[in-house]
Amino acid sequence: MAHGPAKGITRWLYTTNHKDIGSMYLWFSLAMFLLGGVFALVIRAELFEPGLQIVDPEFFNQMTTMHGLIMVFGAVMPAFVGLANWMIPMMIGAPDMALPRMNNYSFWILPFAFSMLISTLFMDGGAPNFGWTFYAPLSTTYAPPSVTFFIFAVHIMGASSIMGAINIVVTILNMRAPGMTLMKMPLFVWTWLITAYLLVAVMPVLAGVVTMMLMDIHFGTSFFDAAGGGDPVLFQHVFWFFGHPEVYIMILPAFGIVSAIIPTFARKPLFGYASMVYATSSIAFLSFIVWAHHMFTVGMPVAGELFFMYATMLIAVPTGVKVFNWVTTMFRGSLTFETPMLFSIAFVILFTIGGLSGLMLSIAPADFQYHDTYFVVAHFHYVLVPGAIFSITAGVYYWLPKWCGNMYNETMGKTHFWLAFIGLNLTFFPMHFVGLAGMPRRIPDYSLQFADFNMIASCGAFLFGAAQLLFVFNVIATIRSKNKATDEVWENPEGLEWTVASPAPYHTFTVAPPIK
Amino acid sequence: MSKASTEQRSIARQALRLLGVVVGMFVFAIWVMPPLYDAFCEITGLNGKTGGQYQAVEAAIDTSRQVRVQFLATNNESMPWQFSPEVASIKVHPGEEVEVRYIATNPTGRTMTAQAIPSLVPFKAAEYFHKTECFCFNQQALKAGESAELPLRFIVDQDIPKQVNTITLSYTLFDVTAEFALAQAE
Repeated sequence: MAHGPAKGITRWLYTTNHKDIGSMYLWFSLAMFLLGGVFALVIRAELFEPGLQIVDPEFFNQMTTMHGLIMVFGAVMPAFVGLANWMIPMMIGAPDMALPRMNNYSFWILPFAFSMLISTLFMDGGAPNFGWTFYAPLSTTYAPPSVTFFIFAVHIMGASSIMGAINIVVTILNMRAPGMTLMKMPLFVWTWLITAYLLVAVMPVLAGVVTMMLMDIHFGTSFFDAAGGGDPVLFQHVFWFFGHPEVYIMILPAFGIVSAIIPTFARKPLFGYASMVYATSSIAFLSFIVWAHHMFTVGMPVAGELFFMYATMLIAVPTGVKVFNWVTTMFRGSLTFETPMLFSIAFVILFTIGGLSGLMLSIAPADFQYHDTYFVVAHFHYVLVPGAIFSITAGVYYWLPKWCGNMYNETMGKTHFWLAFIGLNLTFFPMHFVGLAGMPRRIPDYSLQFADFNMIASCGAFLFGAAQLLFVFNVIATIRSKNKATDEVWENPEGLEWTVASPAPYHTFTVAPPIK
Repeated sequence: MSKASTEQRSIARQALRLLGVVVGMFVFAIWVMPPLYDAFCEITGLNGKTGGQYQAVEAAIDTSRQVRVQFLATNNESMPWQFSPEVASIKVHPGEEVEVRYIATNPTGRTMTAQAIPSLVPFKAAEYFHKTECFCFNQQALKAGESAELPLRFIVDQDIPKQVNTITLSYTLFDVTAEFALAQAE
């Protein structure tokens, strides 16, 4: 097969090649990550000092909303789909994804969705300002007119995710090389298989909830309007029925990436492969029965509070199994600390901290104090930034030499890591303290006693942002570099992706590889 | 080639099945979850939602105890009506049918339509609070400057748990003039 990529822009517009589409997803996600990061820095700049300095409160609310939406739907999810596109066919010995044309569509509708969402910033009445959770009636009765654009953008993003997820499931179930049984699949493939099922189950619920909003706003229904016999609390139930599995959608592929990287740099096989698979499945199952722990304060009966509290705490068990397995994999290994490994170790430590603050939040009586404070902000940023973002970064450093055939600059990579690590902790650790002291989230101004910690957090945020520019520079420099990587890249890494040349040829595994 | 075509068929079949799940979950979110939630709330009394019109049944009045029923009135957002209960609270015997009135005045210069939405605490008392007649069952229209007495007849069930001594019934008045006009037009 001497069939190479087409020339010019149409290569990217019409491509059905999983590597091209994976790259486009990753670049798109990087662009959204930087944009969402700029929004975050607007927030942190305003919060540098108490009082209103830089933006007015209305615009501040648009920033918190857009930051959340863009990071969740524009940065983290497309990055994982991009990694899945690149790596899953190469990991299971398949020539491409099962539905390549749909793969093309699922990527190319994304830029439209996000153009629509971002364009709301320039509309009369401004962008959505009701928080990324868009609770009714804030997002219905009191919403700016641009909410309709937001609704359709979410519909398109949802369609893209659903198509991507269906593609991943059918690829994994049908395209594995002969001999690759389910329990021989790399964990990244396993975690993505489970994530894809979660996506198929809950993205339609998200589409449903925004459709109900649309009908309430424009067609006179009253799903969430008490005046017409509806109930705004119903919105929260439906939203979090989507929203809680969604947070696992953003973390399960991260588990897979870290489970690929740690064994390579510990030079030991992953400890407890089967228990990892079962733990991931248990987490996915439990994610469907804990949604109301986001809404302990809405006035649930005690039985409900207790059920959701205990079910939530139960998630700590499979998560603990995973952390135990990663630590045990490293135990007595011949560890080296290349950039992907640094990010992975930071992932294990910081994600555990985020998990522990999650356990604190799961205690229903305590949650009445923590609810809607900066403690919650600290919690979910500790699981999402070192969880999703660090694992994606680790994955990029780990597989980039395979993608482009060149080795990245290790010193620059390590500098990126340490700047990001310090910046992250400076930003989010103080938020625990101000949250416990009672600082509410989503406010542009705050009491004087929170001033010092907020100033530290803002400095950390700008450091973290600067570190990402170094990352972008390093990635581009690597692609243009002459420093060739070997086919194996690392020392005896596990997996089929390392058996092909670096850079990976445009078509790989057109003949299924033999599986040991 | 037949192996490849079986694989293609299997891919198509699975993709269609997953698409079916997607459609199913969408239907579940819009057409199953809201009614399920309403039914759940009605059974458990969650959110203090009280039931519809109750047909009074012959039952003994429990004169051995009294339950205090408090009445609240709230205007939603910019609803300009004056809206209040005639009495703030009364004591009733379980099983006894009682009538109270709310008073509403439309001080504006235009005809308006309102809808009252009840809520009751404690939640567990909701299923023991029966309304035989309530202004909340219908929308209320008042012309400019007009006032009306809005009747409410209710029975507190004899089986109400002993520990419930006070029930608070709250009505929130919503301005539905725009929606009412829309419904009339259709």
